[in-house]
Amino acid sequence: MKDIARRRLIFSLPLITTLGAGTGFYVMLSRLRTGSFDPKEIKTPQISLPYFNLERVSPFPSFNRNELLRQTKPIVINFFASWCVPCLTEMAILNQLSHKIDIWGIAYKENSHAINEFFSRNDNPYKRIAQDTKGDAGIQWGLTGVPESFLVLPKGIIISHIPKPLSERDVETISNTIG
Amino acid sequence: MRTLYFFSCLCFLFFSFKTYAVDSPEEMLANPQLEKRAETIGSQLRCLVCQNETIEESSAPLAKDLRQKVREKLVAGDSDEKIMQWMVKRYGNFVRLNPPFNLYTSLLWFIPILSFFGGIILAFGHIRKKTNCTENLSAEEKKHITELLHEPRP
Repeated sequence: MKDIARRRLIFSLPLITTLGAGTGFYVMLSRLRTGSFDPKEIKTPQISLPYFNLERVSPFPSFNRNELLRQTKPIVINFFASWCVPCLTEMAILNQLSHKIDIWGIAYKENSHAINEFFSRNDNPYKRIAQDTKGDAGIQWGLTGVPESFLVLPKGIIISHIPKPLSERDVETISNTIG
Repeated sequence: MRTLYFFSCLCFLFFSFKTYAVDSPEEMLANPQLEKRAETIGSQLRCLVCQNETIEESSAPLAKDLRQKVREKLVAGDSDEKIMQWMVKRYGNFVRLNPPFNLYTSLLWFIPILSFFGGIILAFGHIRKKTNCTENLSAEEKKHITELLHEPRP
């Protein structure tokens, strides 16, 4: 009798394995489809503010590293570019988020003229704008593309890096984090 | 002639030639030793745009910027290890095409050995069970066997 139970157990092993793996794959694929799981997503381990230089974009109020360090409230840093379509579609969400938290924009590989043109067509969600003409600040921040956003707490502590356009869910998460 | 042809084909099978996407010769360093080091470091770094290419292979603008960064740092006199750490600090271990050996990756390296020895242990257990189950036959069973053996053939 014991032997039969053992045999049954051994024969059911492949079935159990298949069921387990199947469930795993199903969860993975359905999460891939809804976008809550992305195997290509890059989360860079930034915790302290990197060193970076930015240039002014007139007529917008500008900022640099020291000013970001001196802040007493959280700031969202958003890398964007006028030539980037996902950035354009992200503007609506950013305008929504700008009611809850100050957003500072870094224009990635841009020129002042294109930025001015961009904001003559779109509402500006940014309190301050600076530009990273050569993309060097982007590398310092661990940027892999535009748009990407960082939530920066006072004293320059980066607590989250969202390496894709912000979604409604991200807006919620950010407003929950800052309370 | 045919064998020669065959072997030359084999050569192409076994050797892949390194191709670099360094977009213009201007990107390369004048010092061939430094350039060689730059290529070695670059071929261990993942391009974060086209994620299965190295930054030396990729034509993505970010890969170009990173290649330039590696070369700038080499010229400034940084060691290979220091440049690698600089990249990991910004882009995480994901940027390394050769993952480091640590607590998270140890399972990856040990699974073949673990499963090999696990298999051996399982097989031994099974064989031992098999040999142990030759119990002596009871008197009734013996009688039944002799009856079957001495049964007249039809």
